[in-house]
Amino acid sequence: MITLTIDGTEVTVEKGTTVLEAARKAHIHIPTLCFLKDLNEIGACRICVVDAGARNLQASCVLEAQNGMVVKTNTPKVREARKTILELILSNHDKKCLSCVRSQNCELQKLSLELGIEDGEALGGERTHYDVDESSVSIVRDNNKCILCRRCVAACEKTQACGVIGAVNRGFKTSIESPWVLPINQTACIRCGQCIAACPVGALYTRSEIDRVWDMLADDSLYTVVQTAPAVRAALGEEFGMPMGTNVTGKMAAALRRLSFDRVFDTDFAADLTIMEEAAELVNRIKTGGVLPMITSCSPGWISYCESYYPEFIPNLSSCKSPHEMMGAIVKSYYAEKKNIPVEKIRVVSIMPCTAKKYEAKLPELSASGYPDVDAVLTTRELARMIKTAGIDFARLPDEDFDPALGESTGASVIFGATGGVMEAALRTAYDWITGESLEELDFCEVRGVKNIKEASIKIGDSTINVAVVHGTANAKELLEKIKAGDKDYHFIEVMGCPGGCVTGGGQPIVPAQERIDVDPRVERAKALYGEDAAKPLRKSHENPSIIKLYEEFLEEPNSYKAHHLLHTKYTQKPKYPALEN
Amino acid sequence: MSQRDEQLKLIDIEIEKHKGDASSLMQVMQYSQDIMGHVPMDVQVRIAEGLGVTLSEVYGVATFYSQFALEPKGKYIIGVCLGTACYVRGSQAILDRICEELNLEPGKTSSDGLFTIEATRCIGACGLAPVITINDDVHGRLTADDVPNILKPYLRG
Repeated sequence: MITLTIDGTEVTVEKGTTVLEAARKAHIHIPTLCFLKDLNEIGACRICVVDAGARNLQASCVLEAQNGMVVKTNTPKVREARKTILELILSNHDKKCLSCVRSQNCELQKLSLELGIEDGEALGGERTHYDVDESSVSIVRDNNKCILCRRCVAACEKTQACGVIGAVNRGFKTSIESPWVLPINQTACIRCGQCIAACPVGALYTRSEIDRVWDMLADDSLYTVVQTAPAVRAALGEEFGMPMGTNVTGKMAAALRRLSFDRVFDTDFAADLTIMEEAAELVNRIKTGGVLPMITSCSPGWISYCESYYPEFIPNLSSCKSPHEMMGAIVKSYYAEKKNIPVEKIRVVSIMPCTAKKYEAKLPELSASGYPDVDAVLTTRELARMIKTAGIDFARLPDEDFDPALGESTGASVIFGATGGVMEAALRTAYDWITGESLEELDFCEVRGVKNIKEASIKIGDSTINVAVVHGTANAKELLEKIKAGDKDYHFIEVMGCPGGCVTGGGQPIVPAQERIDVDPRVERAKALYGEDAAKPLRKSHENPSIIKLYEEFLEEPNSYKAHHLLHTKYTQKPKYPALEN
Repeated sequence: MSQRDEQLKLIDIEIEKHKGDASSLMQVMQYSQDIMGHVPMDVQVRIAEGLGVTLSEVYGVATFYSQFALEPKGKYIIGVCLGTACYVRGSQAILDRICEELNLEPGKTSSDGLFTIEATRCIGACGLAPVITINDDVHGRLTADDVPNILKPYLRG
């Protein structure tokens, strides 16, 4: 252990701890900008400088605590240095806070207030100007706000193994770009939005579909159906000041009703449906010697990754559409027929923790009824914005239920939002189907948690099923490489494109870097989902009475001809370097 | 086999020697720069795939260091020193005059592929200020009016 003194307080920490982390133990929050725990610890922005007794001030995020070290974090010299650094950053920033989506959740804005930045000459001077890149249907890049912290670059390269953006040029002309400064849609960007989640400012943000949805809601001739992904309820409350990990399922349903959606359905229903189709597909592949391991297909970020970076695994992908697309297909067929609503009048809006779903919804092949399965995708952040615009007092809303019957779900579906959830849900159903018995111990704890690669061998009847769960496409890459090398042999793999699964998807509320030092949103938000699962009377997808009815009345059986037409899709190889093909 | 195909073959051999070794990035890029006169996009992709780094990394390095060019450079590379000593002795006027004579901007290559003009930092020949280099030839203590005569022999190609 190491003992050092920070601002007169003695702190004891483990060897290897940085001064920044040690200071937090003494309840001193040293400001940061480029720092993002475990991801970007590069000492680039220098805002975290402290006086550790050396000739110059040192960046505390990369300064290892030493025995007997005396650190001062709040001297006139330190304050002046931090202010100058911030002024230099601000002098080449567009300072358009009023219209910025990150206003009030911007690390630069917060620091400007805390360090007492004043408007004046220091904020003027030469500026670089960039065109805003709106080429992607999911992500907008505005380099006029970029502070070159490189957190997005680290997320793209390290957690996602895509690396489609990086720093180009040098000095004052440095900017974050894709190679050859091409629009981002001319790269193999998987639109996961982890760059947005990493950005401390408003340089990266979601392509908004809010206006389109307002127009749908204002049009009385339309029948507008909304559905919410499992992970949204685990994080939406944060946008309204609620503690991380608060489950807001009931308030969310109430808010959507007040936004005047005609029907408020739950993607959880479609998650149960996904399990029916996917478990049937798995059992079928195992029985008939089909391509194994089968890999889940719920995450469009992962699907894009597979199509561009590992096309040799396309035959391994489950043919199941992602749950919200299944829901859209069912609403525009079964539900439309049942309620006698013309399909062309139905609009399906998905509330998703995901930016990649915006791209997925626009794929022409995902239109089983002849119309798009899903018409618009809003992220959790966009929904929060709409609730605020409408003046709905979210925190004081009563808890309401989803509308029947496509709002009915089991505990198996709600855990889809956390890494390992789809696997666990599938195992609960597969066990019952294969053995003909009812599984009693429902918690498959080996596939829960945030370990990079989770593995388990599950005994089902006479056979053993080998499974793996990965989250974040960099972890997927590692696993796929092991499979290619012949080191690993699995039957079934769950891949979620984002680290932690959907609870920390690219469309979720953004957690500032300072908060991430102390809490892991992947863990806290997952708790809300596992809590809801444990409290549900039904916890196996195939026991959902509305699902049973759907098959009886309409789909006949899992993987039937009709189910295939409505609920399954296919994938195609995409170029890893699209620019080379031009 | 075209000249380009031969160059690509040599570069592939060089990449193979450093397969999976990210730390050899600049060395391999320099090899391409030396034999092709630049590091084009398809070569950057080959290097990225071969060394196991992202294309962003390769492109970032290519744009960070002035020794790498994205487009082919001219047969004659004219470097005009804009270091402090040369600058105070009027090298800006010399640069302007070269640009005027060749009808070319700094950083660009003439359409006939003959000249590339580069404004450089101090090249360490302050005693000769203001100084320019044309490939390995050094011309010092210049005035703007010396420029046409200096360029004359190179204009023949």
